[in-house]
Amino acid sequence: MNGLIEWNALGQVVVAGVIVGAGIPALFALGLRLVAGTSQVPAPGAQAPGDTRGPVVISRPSPARLVGALLCFGTVVGAVAAGLVFLAAGGHS
Amino acid sequence: MGPVTEMLLLVLVVVTALAFDFTNGFHDTGNAMATSIATRALRPKAAVLLSAVLNMAGAFLSLAVAATIAKGLVDAGAISLEVVFAGLVGGIVWNLITWLYGLPSSSSHALVGGVIGSVLAAAGTAGVIWSGVLSKVLLPALLAPVIAIGVAALGTWLVARLTRGVSQDVTTRGFRWGQVGSASLVSLAHGTNDAQKSMGIILLALITAGAVPADSGVPFWVIFSCAFFMALGTYLGGWRIIRTLGKGLVEIDSRQGMAAETSSAAVILLSSHFGFSLSTTHVATGSILGSGVGMPGAKVRWGVAGRMLAAWGLTLPAAGIVGAVCFWIQHVIGGFLGTFLVFALLVGTSFAIWLASRRQPVDHSNVNEEWDEEKGSRLRASVATTGEAGEPQVGPVVEERLAPSMSPAISASGTGVPDGTASEKGEQR
Repeated sequence: MNGLIEWNALGQVVVAGVIVGAGIPALFALGLRLVAGTSQVPAPGAQAPGDTRGPVVISRPSPARLVGALLCFGTVVGAVAAGLVFLAAGGHS
Repeated sequence: MGPVTEMLLLVLVVVTALAFDFTNGFHDTGNAMATSIATRALRPKAAVLLSAVLNMAGAFLSLAVAATIAKGLVDAGAISLEVVFAGLVGGIVWNLITWLYGLPSSSSHALVGGVIGSVLAAAGTAGVIWSGVLSKVLLPALLAPVIAIGVAALGTWLVARLTRGVSQDVTTRGFRWGQVGSASLVSLAHGTNDAQKSMGIILLALITAGAVPADSGVPFWVIFSCAFFMALGTYLGGWRIIRTLGKGLVEIDSRQGMAAETSSAAVILLSSHFGFSLSTTHVATGSILGSGVGMPGAKVRWGVAGRMLAAWGLTLPAAGIVGAVCFWIQHVIGGFLGTFLVFALLVGTSFAIWLASRRQPVDHSNVNEEWDEEKGSRLRASVATTGEAGEPQVGPVVEERLAPSMSPAISASGTGVPDGTASEKGEQR
């Protein structure tokens, strides 16, 4: 089988594919999670009487979370831009 | 052969190459846009328009044209205009047959298969470089879906983990954006890669016929017409294939769609960067499958996947047989008449396949209907499909089963009837 497959190139494709192909969606999801926050059920009794907000509370994102989210989205946009540059440079085979 | 018939032969080859280019765009729209259409991130017409524009732009983006087709697969000396023509016909016919059955298969494999078949008919087994075929075509075809399934499954799983607890409204809106972005990149990559194959064929034909000098660049009309016909094919959209990819393989939501398209874009671009080219179709299809594997609770229709894999396996031999038969017809009849006869046969076959497709048309209006694997019958889309993964939804009830005697039984089962009537009737008895 040696020589039939360029194992080296194949390995690079697999490793880089996993990092980029799975990492970008994960970063995107992380960014979304940081911005949107997750729904939390407040502790029983914590709810003041007459509070009409219902049992689910979504907290406002803190500045730190917003910065983190920006970093995530920035990386994603950067990766897309790198893809565009690669295409425009004719790097395909 | 006189100069007139030589000219006519050249025209036929160019027209056929453009026709292949058209089927290529037509066949591969789904790779980029099927998931966006299925999750309703884009309306069907808007999705194919976006893909067409990006395919066209992609064709102009880079002009590093590979001037030889099937390089390293067949003996360069065996390539003549007749061989290329027969190979193109083989590729087109196989693309149309797989389209009729809604099976995504690789357009470039169809072309390579057609050329190999016609070379076999022209020069015998010595004309084909078998080790090249094995290492450049067959093994990548086996590896591409495996890599893509793995990457997309991992990506989808990570996304599902990270978005747990985030409101569905936010994820749907956010991931639709991501989905459109990643699908656009796939479209652009397709335009850059595949339009150049047709450009290469036409350039080769022009050089062989002596219409342009051997060291010529690609004339502008060739670039434009290749880009245009691929975009036109993309815009008309192989709805049957889009339906299979978007609805048939996996019930997909926007998170899966984004993960699948990003994985496709990453694997396609990285594989060409590292010089290990993988078929766009194989990668895109594998990614969509992978997004079903990685999503907890999603179901994958392995029966559809199996049919698709069978079509991949058949692509090379089937397109090869058509290519070989076409070359043989050309050779037996001889000269321009033989080529013209094959061209007429191609037109007739294409028309027949198109007629057959009209018996059960799939277009932008019904591309997202519920998939019915058992009967293959069409159901009325009376329930808006949400595209969300999860428990299988009860499909729309078929008319005949709504007879008065049946409806109490249906209601009593209690599933799929969202309002209170089911439970009320259940309590009455």
